[in-house]
Amino acid sequence: QVPVLQTNNGPGLRGLMTIAAHLVRQARKDQLLGSTAEEKAVVQQWLEYRVTRVNGGSSKEDTRTILKDLNMHLEDKVYLAGNIFTLADILMYYGLHHIMADLTVQEKEKYLNVSRWFNHIQHYPGVRQHLSDVVFIKNRLYTNAH
Amino acid sequence: MRLRVPPGAPAALKVLAAAAAAPAPVRPHLGGPAERPQAPGPELELQLELDSGAVLFSPNAICQYFYLCRGEEPTDLTTQWLEWEATELQPAVAAALYLRLVQGRAGPEALGLLQPLLAHLEQHLARSGTSHLAGDAASVADVVVWGSLFPVLQDQTSLPSELQVLRSWFGAVSASEPCRAAAALLPEALRELRGHLAQHPPHLPGPPREPQQDEESPERALTDDDIAAAVEIWARGPAALPPPREPQTPVLPVAGERNVLITSALPYVNNVPHLGNIIGCVLSADTFARYSRLRRWNTLFVCGTDEYGTATETRALQEGLSPRELCDRYHALHADIYAWFRISFDHFGRTTTPQQTRIAQDIFQRLLARGFLLQDTLEQLRCESCGRYLADRFVEGTCPFCAYAEARGDQCDRCGKLINAVELQNPQCKLCRGTPVVTPTQHLFLDLPKLEGQLEAWLERTWAAGEWTANARHITRTWLRDGLKPRCITRDLTWGTPVPLDGFRDKVFYVWFDAPIGYLSITATYTEHWERWWKNPQQVELYNFMAKDNVPFHSVVFPCSLLGADDNYTLVNHLIATEYLNYEDGKFSKSRGVGVFGDMAKDTGIPADVWRFYLLYLRPEGQDSAFSWADLMLKNNSELLNNLGNFINRAGMFVCKFFGGTVPAMALTAEDQRLLARVTLEMRQYHQLMERVRLRDALRCVLGISRHGNQYIQVNEPWKRIKGDERDRQRAGTVTGVAVNLAAALAALLQPFVPGVSAAIQGQLRIPPERCGLGPGLTCTLPAGHRVGTVSPLFQKLEPEQVEALRQRFGGGQAKEPPPASAPPPAPAPNTSVAPGDPKLIQELTEQVTKQGNLVRQLKAAQVEKAQVNAQVAKLLELKQQLALAEGRSPEVPKGKRKK
Repeated sequence: QVPVLQTNNGPGLRGLMTIAAHLVRQARKDQLLGSTAEEKAVVQQWLEYRVTRVNGGSSKEDTRTILKDLNMHLEDKVYLAGNIFTLADILMYYGLHHIMADLTVQEKEKYLNVSRWFNHIQHYPGVRQHLSDVVFIKNRLYTNAH
Repeated sequence: MRLRVPPGAPAALKVLAAAAAAPAPVRPHLGGPAERPQAPGPELELQLELDSGAVLFSPNAICQYFYLCRGEEPTDLTTQWLEWEATELQPAVAAALYLRLVQGRAGPEALGLLQPLLAHLEQHLARSGTSHLAGDAASVADVVVWGSLFPVLQDQTSLPSELQVLRSWFGAVSASEPCRAAAALLPEALRELRGHLAQHPPHLPGPPREPQQDEESPERALTDDDIAAAVEIWARGPAALPPPREPQTPVLPVAGERNVLITSALPYVNNVPHLGNIIGCVLSADTFARYSRLRRWNTLFVCGTDEYGTATETRALQEGLSPRELCDRYHALHADIYAWFRISFDHFGRTTTPQQTRIAQDIFQRLLARGFLLQDTLEQLRCESCGRYLADRFVEGTCPFCAYAEARGDQCDRCGKLINAVELQNPQCKLCRGTPVVTPTQHLFLDLPKLEGQLEAWLERTWAAGEWTANARHITRTWLRDGLKPRCITRDLTWGTPVPLDGFRDKVFYVWFDAPIGYLSITATYTEHWERWWKNPQQVELYNFMAKDNVPFHSVVFPCSLLGADDNYTLVNHLIATEYLNYEDGKFSKSRGVGVFGDMAKDTGIPADVWRFYLLYLRPEGQDSAFSWADLMLKNNSELLNNLGNFINRAGMFVCKFFGGTVPAMALTAEDQRLLARVTLEMRQYHQLMERVRLRDALRCVLGISRHGNQYIQVNEPWKRIKGDERDRQRAGTVTGVAVNLAAALAALLQPFVPGVSAAIQGQLRIPPERCGLGPGLTCTLPAGHRVGTVSPLFQKLEPEQVEALRQRFGGGQAKEPPPASAPPPAPAPNTSVAPGDPKLIQELTEQVTKQGNLVRQLKAAQVEKAQVNAQVAKLLELKQQLALAEGRSPEVPKGKRKK
């Protein structure tokens, strides 16, 4: 189930992360891969997280860990790589959509930072495509949640 | 920029190599003692903290960052290699290393897992014709892939010779300067890595992998071999079972047999064990002991109460008893509790015996003669009027930190700080209120540092062959890493084993030195030939069961005593430690009255086997777990009643109702054979898990087998076919016969977990004892013509009201039990003669209470006249009291409004 991209030259490319990065460069949107060395490494890191953890994990336990990790990471960030929108946000959005769509209202509040980020990304122009809009409530219901 | 590379991080090598290739060298911070973390897990995370504050935790991204700093941008090819390494190579390498380092499998077997990946590398290098993975120059891809492979291969010659191109690539990268420097760290790193892997086992392909978490795991397809083997086992009948052992007393090791010695940590005598203690030690040990006997291994299971020490002495003083009297009383209490839980000790002894004195003093003398004991002076408080040194708990005084006047000698109750008794201001002897004075006193120490080398060598051998839980290995490793220090083995007390040495004759051994010797002395009170168990490591396999807090004493301290005493002692081979069991969402607490304690379990009206089942079902294996009443009810009603009970009952009932109590003739079809194969596979899994003492997972296997049985009956509908034509009737017979044999097999599989239920099944189906062994698969033990007995339900449903009442009763917030004297005499109910625990009565009363409760609520809601409401409330209270009596608990004193 690893995606393969047949290109005009060479044996083709294998892997979600590889293919997506290739297409980004083709489309000359290199800023989606980060501009500084640091941003590039951070984008790389979250793409890797996306293909190893989000793709690999399927149990409830894995899902919880992923949401917890991300919630912590996004506590003080707008996007995965900080203040810039990158490929990592796009691919993570696609990887998490089925998980977010299944969360209860309470869980969405529990992973507040992920919810805020997800809602932001799904409304980013051109991102959502065919996927359903996941609804987030503005007012918190479970105010005493820790 | 700060690079943290903790020891044992699997990706340390590539990161170090990439760091060395960076333009400005980064000095890695190799997780030193200053940052020794408390919990396993996050400390093993390798990370790079950038100057901006951002943190990289992915090793590959860190490598990439170093190369970006050199101005090397990622290309499609390098990205592809990094992705391949992260998604495919890393998991395979982790599995291979686990096989080799933790399970000690040979190199080729571990390498086998990597075969396709190595071939992929070879093919790529050969086809592209370049010297490196992404071109002719070394890139981040080479370092990352090399760093993953190096711990497994180490040298290009361990690669199969047909992978020539790969060999030369690997050799070249290994020889490059940054990689060479990183590789020099390997021997150390491998040792640490072994620890890491043992803690975090990767998913392994193939059968020995982690058992599936999900009960509904995808079923493995059956092969023809599976089916043929299962049919063969079935046909062998009782002959497939291991022959029964002649029971012997005392049980002694037999040459040429598997001799299994099982101990459960000795419970401290004046602590009443709670459910967590029970599952942690005795119940786990008992389940394994029963399994071991079922396999017909020669098994001895001993335990007893640990009775010496300050706590007993203090408690005895409080209660105005002699320590001996106190111990006698509590020992009996423990014995009762374990008997109720059906714990099958061969002997349940105690540590306050002449045998204990003799053996402990002998070990002491041997340690002394071999120079493993040191003398040192300690400053201690001495009360001249009592003529004794005061143990911490016998002193009170003013806290040096917060000036609290009644601080204890070991801890201040107000500020909670730990105190050294000599630092107390105005110390007072708790016994005579005299003023103790600081006096130097001589003590003896076990010289652990001197024994460290022997210990490590022994551990290495034992771990290679033995079944140690991951937490036991981890805790032991932590102790060794911190370095061993001499430990004081003497105390100024009278309630203990006397120290047989001039100058120390008024002292006793410290409990940690003394208590584990109890295993030996308790065996010695069981048989005079105890040395055949305890000085016989050649023939005996020793299993220690305990909770994790007890690990260091069994894995480090006690083995050091025995190694130092050097008398061919049997040392632990398998150390099985559980994590903690919590109660609902908190901890068990005797003082706050939270949780269920051993002596109360029987008052709940819930049978011992249901307790055993539920505790084993949530045995804290690998991680902490929590007891919950709601879950207990759910598991009882779903697993025991609807799954197990339902299947066994139906199988038996079909024989009785349709075939007059005689097992019918069976003609196996392909479908039946598939069931046999399926069950046989599950049984094989069960054996594997039990041998590795994964009791909780094994229990789930049993439930899985019963589910297969239910499905089998459901699909074949013998109750319909019995009314059909001759062929249908015959089919009904076969299905019933196979099902009842499966029920008989379940009786054996369940025996270690719920012995009472197992005995009930054996009784109902009249299975002869010699046919109740555990074979390798499902076998026909009840052939056509066998007569079964009377079949009746095995389990009872638990009702929400009943469980809610229990939760309220045990669930904290309840400060004290109602004082028995002041409780009002029970209302003279007409039916008080009924024995407590009559389920029918309880049910009736529960219903009445519910009805009456609803009535009261309605009246209140309708704002009816107060007197009328009060009359109904009085009636409700009376009903509740009757219910309490019927349930065998003392009726609650009506309290004021209580909020949940």
